[in-house]
Amino acid sequence: MGFMSSFRENLGGWIRKIFKKKRARIGLYGPPNAGKTTLANRILKDWSTGDAIGTVSPIPHETRRAMRREGLVINANGSSIELDIVDTPGMATKIDFKEFMAFGLSETESKKRAKEATEGVIEAIKWLDDLDGVLLVMDSTEDPYTQVNVTVIGNMEARKLPLLIVANKMDLPNASPSRISAAFPQHSIVPISALEGSNIDDLYQAIATHFG
Amino acid sequence: MILMREVHMDLISEEKLENMTSMEKIRLILDKVKTGKIVVLESGLTPDEEVRLIEMTMTEIRVDEFSGIEIESYPSKKGGSFLDRIFGKGLKGRMTVIGPANQIHTIEKDEFQIRTKVSVGD
Repeated sequence: MGFMSSFRENLGGWIRKIFKKKRARIGLYGPPNAGKTTLANRILKDWSTGDAIGTVSPIPHETRRAMRREGLVINANGSSIELDIVDTPGMATKIDFKEFMAFGLSETESKKRAKEATEGVIEAIKWLDDLDGVLLVMDSTEDPYTQVNVTVIGNMEARKLPLLIVANKMDLPNASPSRISAAFPQHSIVPISALEGSNIDDLYQAIATHFG
Repeated sequence: MILMREVHMDLISEEKLENMTSMEKIRLILDKVKTGKIVVLESGLTPDEEVRLIEMTMTEIRVDEFSGIEIESYPSKKGGSFLDRIFGKGLKGRMTVIGPANQIHTIEKDEFQIRTKVSVGD
């Protein structure tokens, strides 16, 4: 990165901090099946009258196109923030169609899904250039040290954009948000269950604080 | 009788990486990994290079030929001088292991250690 472009990027970061926006475009990122679409649907249910943003499924890469909803007003901490939320396809470094066949899809369906999933990952990466911040959704029952998590966090730190980690699936018995806190101690973490809605108000307060 | 199989591993020094552009690094990694080699980068990639590597990997996935990569690195480390940090050069890449997804599997990873298993076979 050249001196001037690096300087411009950092200057942009300082200006953003000084003149805090009341409207922010936030991307939901994370590995496949972390619960990004479940969370996006929960946010929409709580703060809009519109339809769900997407369908959820136990088969990985159910979301293969980024979906955006504009103008969601979230009230928390006595203030309000207007959000555009972008539910992005799950990020991955490998996609093998045989993985989908194990869920009962035919070979043809699996190959089609694999092709669309690769396009979805590219789309998720392209969206990083157009966001004001990221909600990184992690499955609290899984090892947090995945390369997807490390890469998304590294990119947000390099761009000096705000990041909030959502430790999802707290409704499951083996959920361990403390593993996530230990892995990424420099970032704020909110444990929730997007499925059941537990602790969701804490997330809205954190969103207002981080992105407002 | 025990059959000995080979694992081809390329360890690339920080000096070599410093003299390459991002695109050259990504092309070098993918060309090696697609032929079944494991690549170890002494100083790793920048966060932007990591994401571009994933992007390029997605465009090269082919059914029954190449299903992607396994990449393991540690979280970025803040470093450099005060001026480096001001101008956004404070994040240092760290040692990174990259291999074909069907050959390299992570056993355990934490802040200080990456344990991987390399499968050798067909």
